[in-house]
Amino acid sequence: MAEYHFTTPISKEDVQKLKIGDVIYISGIVFTARDEAHERALEMAEKGEKMPIDFEGLAVYHCGPVVRQVGDDWEIVAAGPTTSTRLDMFEDEFIKEFKVNVVIGKGGMGARTVKAMKELKAVYTAFVGGAAVVAAKGIKRVKEVHWLDLGTPECLWVLEVEKFGPLIVGIDTNGDSLFQNVADEAKAKLGKIGEFLDITF
Amino acid sequence: MTETFDNNLIEDTTVKLLKFAATQLPNDVSEALKKMYEAETKPTSKAALKTIVENFGIAEETSTPMCQDTGIHIYYVNIGENFPKVVGIEETLRKASARATKEVPMRPNAVNPIVGGNSGDNTGRHIPFINYDFIPGADYLEITAFPKGGGSENMCALAMLKPGQGIKGIKKFVIDSIMNAGGQPCPPVIVGVGIGGGADIALKLGKKQLMRPLGQRHSDPKIAQLEEDLLKAINMTGFGSMGLGGDVSTALDVKIEYAHRHPASLPVGVTIQCWAARRATCRIYPDKRVEFLTHKEA
Ligand code: SF4
Repeated sequence: MAEYHFTTPISKEDVQKLKIGDVIYISGIVFTARDEAHERALEMAEKGEKMPIDFEGLAVYHCGPVVRQVGDDWEIVAAGPTTSTRLDMFEDEFIKEFKVNVVIGKGGMGARTVKAMKELKAVYTAFVGGAAVVAAKGIKRVKEVHWLDLGTPECLWVLEVEKFGPLIVGIDTNGDSLFQNVADEAKAKLGKIGEFLDITF
Repeated sequence: MTETFDNNLIEDTTVKLLKFAATQLPNDVSEALKKMYEAETKPTSKAALKTIVENFGIAEETSTPMCQDTGIHIYYVNIGENFPKVVGIEETLRKASARATKEVPMRPNAVNPIVGGNSGDNTGRHIPFINYDFIPGADYLEITAFPKGGGSENMCALAMLKPGQGIKGIKKFVIDSIMNAGGQPCPPVIVGVGIGGGADIALKLGKKQLMRPLGQRHSDPKIAQLEEDLLKAINMTGFGSMGLGGDVSTALDVKIEYAHRHPASLPVGVTIQCWAARRATCRIYPDKRVEFLTHKEA
């Protein structure tokens, strides 16, 4: 379990050092995107439209924050991760199109994303699900917000962060997945569990 | 005309309940999570538990929601049969949800499933969802605010088993549901299992079990044993906190309740609650005294 501190933009060389189980902290810019923002970004890219910010080298965060508007400014009240598997249908395209090397979420992602991360050299990191206050502590301010018409959970928040973490590397550029390993081990234990409960799987 | 009870008091108290629920874990849950952090031996899960404990500590100190998903608003309203007449309680609870959305603040989480769009204030068609019950002989009104997170809700499951599959089928379905959920519902989880009744009844009974304090066992020793066995078995999977691998931290507890079933069916509802097990309960008495059962008023 090595620990790394990165500042954005984060390069492919940086993320190739990482192994599953390592812990990283990020300073710089992180932007949020859930289902609808992923969908919109990819649709716009397909039509050749420009993104509101250049995503290259930034970290995309699967998060729909609780926000408070203070005058013209926005304040992040709580900002933990959302379940990442819902984004499996977009993420391979997304990291390819926008050259995003770090994905932050919770619960891990599926085989399609693992494959893309190995090919494109990107990593998935898990923030502790629900730990919204610890997350908010690492967020210094809202730099920009776009696509507010999607609603505050779904829109694109551009966040200035400092030592944002701990982020536990869940998928690395070798195609290893901590979540897959844990699931495989759980499966291997089913025999024992069955014995204990007097059932067969 | 009989006088009706003060709806403003119900509204204000319910806003308080939502604030408590969103920002402070009930004592049984926070204590259990701290103990679990001590007991866990796998470094990845231990790190996650450390963050969880730090997180709910700061949330409580700063009165901030502990998780950004402040849930879809669900209430359990138990009406003492001798409580004075209340009129328009549904409207009152809707108002409380909308107010708490601004005041706590809570994330607007009520989305129209047909045409899309977020209502912006946590109210909508059938939302907040209110479960009503009567309490024989009681003179108080008991309200539980239960804002339920979506990540763990998405891992709930229903099986219409064949009666011949029996208890073994039930155990298998619970474990299968946990295997399927893995780290997605933000473990350590609390699992509420409802058996029998009918499809909706099994799930409703299951969810209602999530209101029971941790560690409390069912009064029927057979069910109590089943709760303990399933808890042990779920932790044997080794998913651990957030599915990062852990030997004791996949589940905090398992709660089971059953209803008699139709001869032809054996419904099993598995409901899953994440570590952010937010619930707050109060009793309101006819003399307008308010007692909070899960939280202390500052
Ligand atoms: S599952 Fe629970 S802890 Fe996790 S993000 Fe949802 S509400 Fe928060």
